[in-house]
Amino acid sequence: MVLSAADKTNVKSIFSKIGSHADEYGAETLDRMFTAYPQTKTYFPHFDLHHGSAQIKAHGKKVVNALIEAVNHIDDISGALSKLSDLHAQKLRVDPVNFKLLGHCFLVVVAIHHPSVLTPEAHASLDKFLCAVGAVLTAKYR
Amino acid sequence: MVHWTAEEKQLIASVWSKVNVEECGAEALARLLIVYPWTQRFFDAFGNLSSPTAIIGNPKVRAHGKKVLTSFGEAVKNLENLKTTYSKLSELHCEKLHVDPENFRLLGDILIIVLAAHFTKDFTPACQATWQKLVGVVAHALAYKYR
Repeated sequence: MVLSAADKTNVKSIFSKIGSHADEYGAETLDRMFTAYPQTKTYFPHFDLHHGSAQIKAHGKKVVNALIEAVNHIDDISGALSKLSDLHAQKLRVDPVNFKLLGHCFLVVVAIHHPSVLTPEAHASLDKFLCAVGAVLTAKYR
Repeated sequence: MVHWTAEEKQLIASVWSKVNVEECGAEALARLLIVYPWTQRFFDAFGNLSSPTAIIGNPKVRAHGKKVLTSFGEAVKNLENLKTTYSKLSELHCEKLHVDPENFRLLGDILIIVLAAHFTKDFTPACQATWQKLVGVVAHALAYKYR
């Protein structure tokens, strides 16, 4: 799927509004994903996954910063995330289904903290963007 | 049979008691049709679905959204017995409506986002997890009689 000009505008606008809280939202996204979809914890046997763990906070920050990077290069997400794409294909090999779960939890977090920002159109654009990111990260899997 | 803990039942009941079924149902269905436009394929008879504004304002969308969420209320009342509760609806969706069960999963996730926006911080991770389980088992029950 292709991001329209309106999608790109919507996504940039959403991220500009959540900007300063991005790190927290990353941690909360992961926390919700681990709680709602316990199978996702299998990728983190080396982590302390209790609520509020320092590792979840750090990792959440990493995840959101990658999303921000993609937003900042929204015309070339695959270029911007190329190294991350290699990492996921060669080392991490997270099953593709999990990107949808993470994306969904991120949408939930945005809905909780900025319900008025997540209009139906913005929701559609953000969902598309998150799918596009997932597609880039799994593009080199086979 | 699905097992529900006392805590899960509490989380379901307390959220549901505060849901405005008409508003929430209308919003969930509208968002489904906007975010996943291919789902409009089932609603040729609904008239104007040409834009998000048209979809949100469409009275048939509102009415149908209310109907769908009212039916979801039956699940909340019959947590121990979902397959039986939805047996006829499952057959209907398969044999007459020809709806791919993936659509039930899509609508379930949209409902979660609508609830999150409505309840904000009260929609805790534990609450979300319980509701994800609920929408999952409802989707499963609705798909159960497919053949």
